[in-house]
Amino acid sequence: MLVEAAARLWSVPAGEITVTAGVVRHAASGMSSGFGAIAERAAGLEMPQNVTLKDPADFTLIGAEGITRLDAVEKARGLATFTIDVMRDEMQVVAVLHPPKFGAKVASFDPVEALDVSGVLAVREIPSGIAVYAVDTYSALRGREALVAAWDESAAETRSSEEIEAEFIAAARAPATVSEETGDVEAALSESAQTFEAEYVFPYLAHAAMEPLDGVVEWTPERAEIWSAIQIPTVAGPVFSAALGVAEDAVSVHTMYAGGSFGRRATASGQFEAELAAVAAAGGPGAYKLQWTREDDMTQGYYRPLTVHRLRAGLDTDGNITGWDNTIVNQSIAFGTIFEQTVMNDGVDRMAVEGSVDLPYGLPRRRVSWAQMINPVPVLWWRAVGHTHTAYATETFLDELLAAAGRDAVQGRLELITPDRARDRAVLERVADMAAWSGPGNGDRRLGVALHKSFGSYVAQIAEVENRDGAPHVTRVWCAVDCGVAVTPDIIRAQIEGGIGFGLSAALYEQLTLEPGGTVRERNYDSYRVLGLEDMPQIIVDIRPSTDIPTGVGEIGTPPIAPAVANAWRSFTGETPRRLPMIRA
Amino acid sequence: MATRLTVNGTPVTLDVNPDMPLLWALRDHLKLTGTKFGCGIAQCGACTVMLDGVPTRSCVTPVAAVEDAEVTTIEGIQGDAAHAVQKAWADLNVAQCGYCQSGQVMVATELLQNIPKPSDEEIDAAMGGNICRCATYARIRKGVRAASDALEA
Ligand code: FES
Ligand code: FES
Repeated sequence: MLVEAAARLWSVPAGEITVTAGVVRHAASGMSSGFGAIAERAAGLEMPQNVTLKDPADFTLIGAEGITRLDAVEKARGLATFTIDVMRDEMQVVAVLHPPKFGAKVASFDPVEALDVSGVLAVREIPSGIAVYAVDTYSALRGREALVAAWDESAAETRSSEEIEAEFIAAARAPATVSEETGDVEAALSESAQTFEAEYVFPYLAHAAMEPLDGVVEWTPERAEIWSAIQIPTVAGPVFSAALGVAEDAVSVHTMYAGGSFGRRATASGQFEAELAAVAAAGGPGAYKLQWTREDDMTQGYYRPLTVHRLRAGLDTDGNITGWDNTIVNQSIAFGTIFEQTVMNDGVDRMAVEGSVDLPYGLPRRRVSWAQMINPVPVLWWRAVGHTHTAYATETFLDELLAAAGRDAVQGRLELITPDRARDRAVLERVADMAAWSGPGNGDRRLGVALHKSFGSYVAQIAEVENRDGAPHVTRVWCAVDCGVAVTPDIIRAQIEGGIGFGLSAALYEQLTLEPGGTVRERNYDSYRVLGLEDMPQIIVDIRPSTDIPTGVGEIGTPPIAPAVANAWRSFTGETPRRLPMIRA
Repeated sequence: MATRLTVNGTPVTLDVNPDMPLLWALRDHLKLTGTKFGCGIAQCGACTVMLDGVPTRSCVTPVAAVEDAEVTTIEGIQGDAAHAVQKAWADLNVAQCGYCQSGQVMVATELLQNIPKPSDEEIDAAMGGNICRCATYARIRKGVRAASDALEA
């Protein structure tokens, strides 16, 4: 339509007009124009019915290598501005003392000692805790340490995560809400020559992004400006408008670079935004930075849900899978939020079961069910959401069934993949090639495979694992990806590498536990261990050529790594780790 | 009580509580925000600065301890090694969120200043203490090697 508009404007044939690097040009007449200058004319034209898209062979940017990120230089020089770097005139820095348990509230507090700390300006109660206002960060933190508070724990979660887990396990052994069912699973299992059963436990996980949550507000009764790495600014705007009494169209949100998020900066409840707004409202017109510490970030919830899977399956005398039953138990991420309507499907949170339904494998008699647990611990999407546990349970249990049937892990999967799932098949075949797969091996380094579709993309991984002093150490990972048209291949590879590192971190080390009484045990990186450089394997990524629509890449590397590692590890120990993380402090 | 020191080659006087961690003095009082806060307990390396040429975690270094010292932050690093590291970091798309990278670049620069041709083990040993939650570790290793090659050329 831009070409058509230019053709009419310049009275030249549309067919003679070229478009390169944002410029519409007619070579013969020497006329040229940027898009903006003719956009309005183009918008006035009739929409064409049939459009011939550019031939992929003529792409110059899509799929190009050697493209560096626009933020690459400033981030290597420490010049990129994150929220924590925003400074306003007369800005107060605020630290909030939060209740020590989920669901607890302020009962009473004594601000005297905090107010004695030099640099502390004020102490105020807000709905989520007690806010200490100070001239700088250090004073705010010292003031918070000096606060004396008592808490009302009448509505608090006081169980340990072990107790919560026991409740979930009991629920996994009872009938749950069916999400997907074909055939008579119970009959299939009772007819089987051999049956198998396993229970898996996945802990709460913190996102632990490097930049703790933070935000800046500067406001007058007429207008408000917010600086924060908010992933859903449309949720945030009304929160500030309501809290500050500023008209919604006078609230502007500067969406800053996020020092990592992995889902944490996108709560439907607007948890952090509400606290930031409350801090600003209680302080009156002015400028405020609300700075969470690592401890706030880690103890204030919104975790990957603690999850239990119970799987049962059977084999017939020929080693074919007769029936497959997967019961998933956890809290719903969508429940009680604005996303509940769209995410809940016949009483099942799709984010809880995603990756355990719609499998590529032909399992004619199968059932997937979900039981919802409700407690005050806030839960949230965490890079790859439900796939973080469903891929593990499905791909390790299947691997064991294939082994019990005497089948090869790759060949056995290929035989199970249904004809309509050619893209799953292709990435699995490709990764087997890349790693020269001929089984797990029996040397110092063993291989394990996993296949998992998420966010519309198909990923197969093979992990090479060593036994280092009785614990798995991953040396190499091969990864074949089909994510449709690969727009920026190097960024895709980077995301896959990071996604694998993120998934490996959870597989090996991460867990967020509640102590008896309900306080969070892991408060900083000393106890909440995340993957370090020494644990990062070599990663070889192959992106399949494709003309399909582009699909997700940010999260898809994460789900298959844990099961691939577990399957390799089983070859050393004979057992699948039923509980993550594999290495516990 | 005022503390005198040199920051990025410029003499400065910090009139703050001597117990204040250098991190917050740099950020809040000298407005040098390239140095980041990640944990506050010497676990992540995001706050790394050079203190008399040695990579140091500024979150646990009180201002009182840097009297008369020379502090270099990400804003002030110079020289061939620093430039090679920063160029390699950009060329190889090392950064994702980028928040840890000031600290990574500081440590990588110091490594190459002392060992221009580090072995894989030396790279892992030097860089091993800096957390990157985006797990850019594969490219951090590559970046150090590329910078090392560039320094040799
Ligand atoms: S902030 Fe200093 S080591 Fe983490
Ligand atoms: S690039 Fe995000 S923490 Fe390192």
